[in-house]
Amino acid sequence: MKPRTADKIATGVIVTFSSIIVAVLLGLLGFILFRGLSHISWSFLTSVPQTIRAGGGIGPQLFNSLFLLVLTLIITIPLGLGAGIYMAEYAKPGKITSSIRLVVEVLSSFPSIVVGLFGLLLIVNTFGFGFSLFSGALVLTIFNLPLMVRVTEQAFRGVPKEQKEAGLALGLSKWKIIVSILLPVAIPNLVTGTVLAAGRVFGEAAALLFTAGMSTPRLDFTNWNPLSPTSPINPFRPAETLAVHIWKINSEGLAPDAMAIAAGASAVLVILVLIFNLTARWLGRVLYQAFTASKVIK
Amino acid sequence: MKSNNGSPVLIKKHHLEDWIGRIYTTFCVSLLVIVIVSMMYFVASKGLTTFIKDGVNVGDFLFGTKWDPNGDNPVFGALPFIAGSFATSLLAALIASPLSICAALFMNEIVPSWGKRLLQPVIELLAGIPSVVYGFVGLSVIVPLFRDVFPGQGIGIAAGSLVLSVMILPTITSIASDALSSLPKGLKESSYALGATRWQTIYSVILPTVMPSLLTGVVLGMARAFGEALAVQMVIGNAPHIPHSLFESASTLTSVITLNMGNTVMGSVQNNALWSMALALMVMTFIFVIVVRLLERRHRL
Repeated sequence: MKPRTADKIATGVIVTFSSIIVAVLLGLLGFILFRGLSHISWSFLTSVPQTIRAGGGIGPQLFNSLFLLVLTLIITIPLGLGAGIYMAEYAKPGKITSSIRLVVEVLSSFPSIVVGLFGLLLIVNTFGFGFSLFSGALVLTIFNLPLMVRVTEQAFRGVPKEQKEAGLALGLSKWKIIVSILLPVAIPNLVTGTVLAAGRVFGEAAALLFTAGMSTPRLDFTNWNPLSPTSPINPFRPAETLAVHIWKINSEGLAPDAMAIAAGASAVLVILVLIFNLTARWLGRVLYQAFTASKVIK
Repeated sequence: MKSNNGSPVLIKKHHLEDWIGRIYTTFCVSLLVIVIVSMMYFVASKGLTTFIKDGVNVGDFLFGTKWDPNGDNPVFGALPFIAGSFATSLLAALIASPLSICAALFMNEIVPSWGKRLLQPVIELLAGIPSVVYGFVGLSVIVPLFRDVFPGQGIGIAAGSLVLSVMILPTITSIASDALSSLPKGLKESSYALGATRWQTIYSVILPTVMPSLLTGVVLGMARAFGEALAVQMVIGNAPHIPHSLFESASTLTSVITLNMGNTVMGSVQNNALWSMALALMVMTFIFVIVVRLLERRHRL
């Protein structure tokens, strides 16, 4: 075969394969939104699910997902920031640092179900928190930490060296440099990374099956006492999230409209993840402009 | 350090801040290390109970083909699940790798001007779609399609690996694309200068150079496929034996754990056997990480 013909064929194959990927994504999104959007209504988003009758909603699940996300971020952000700053600023190259890196790498490639099982064993059973939002948030923190550490480390390493040196030349202490010079510059990337990580947490289900539980008690949305078992904001009650709900109705749903509910809930989940993605990008850009007084180059 | 009024040591505010900062960040990192060490310890000790206390033979567990935990003479052979996990993740990597590598080539070599702008968001969106949604789409599109086209129920290893292959596309593509874009420019240009066509350049210069990175991507993709639980569980059928064809109901390690962990009593032999499978998953994760490390080391040379 002539090299020129081979080149044409290869280019054709590469372009075709790439188009297949685009087509798969468009098909996926199209299918999910087409099947799901018709089922989404205000009552679907707010009413409680039905076990055997048709017409159930996803209200409590949606609330649980959002609340669990907030709880997770409250725990993850301080820990992830701390560990990431350590890796970027304090860690000296050597055996210890490289073994910490290995640990982070291993942790980030653990299957989420194994993280969930660990949560079941230690947090749910040994510590006695039971199936609860709190256990779920802790497990999601473990699941999310490696990503947060990597995001933080990269954000801090991305700060131009001169800015740090200027701080050192002014005789500032290390911590002062981290907080007042590096952090503001790193914030746009930090926010983008955190929101993207939040999107991942939002769709996670395998780690939550055995930690946050697969059921939600009847909630009373007028009860805001965080210690009452029917209160929506009690962190120690079991909570089924939206992703877990989709899994559950697909595998053991008894309602006659189970497939429609799964379609609607999937559409809601995907739309929320899309919103997270877009927000992450938009916030990153806005913050970058606000903190650096410069236009984005890209 | 003595101050003027004679008090022995004056701790200035910024010293204190510095200390608190250092202690806090060190604390966070140690927490991370403690978590992973305890995770390994707990899962391993629980997983080994099956062999130590319940007296199940390791060989029987790993290579036994019969899984019958509730029979009169309970047998715990996990080979069907281990084989299922390997089959689905290998097949998924086989489907996804060519697609991903082509996508990476498209972004970096064919149309570097706008290829990235088109495919980057596509890849990120694919990575962002939750796994249960993949499972749901697999259950409502792929399974009925396979049921019509091929003999059988549509569920099985084929459906599972097809769903997984879409899920691991982003992993492989982004690693391959990073590798391609970090290649030194001179490499490509010297090949063009010798009169090579684009495909000749890609085939004999670019691909051999980035091969370790491409393999890293494939291994990481496989690792993700190996550990994925719910999407696979929804489409694979969950029959506890080795299937005779790709379109027959099967199981993976993750799917059997997902289904049975909630229905078995903590501490029973069956439950412990599930923990042994979790241990197997964890060991496989280590193996994947080690392989990736070896590949990266080779790349550095």
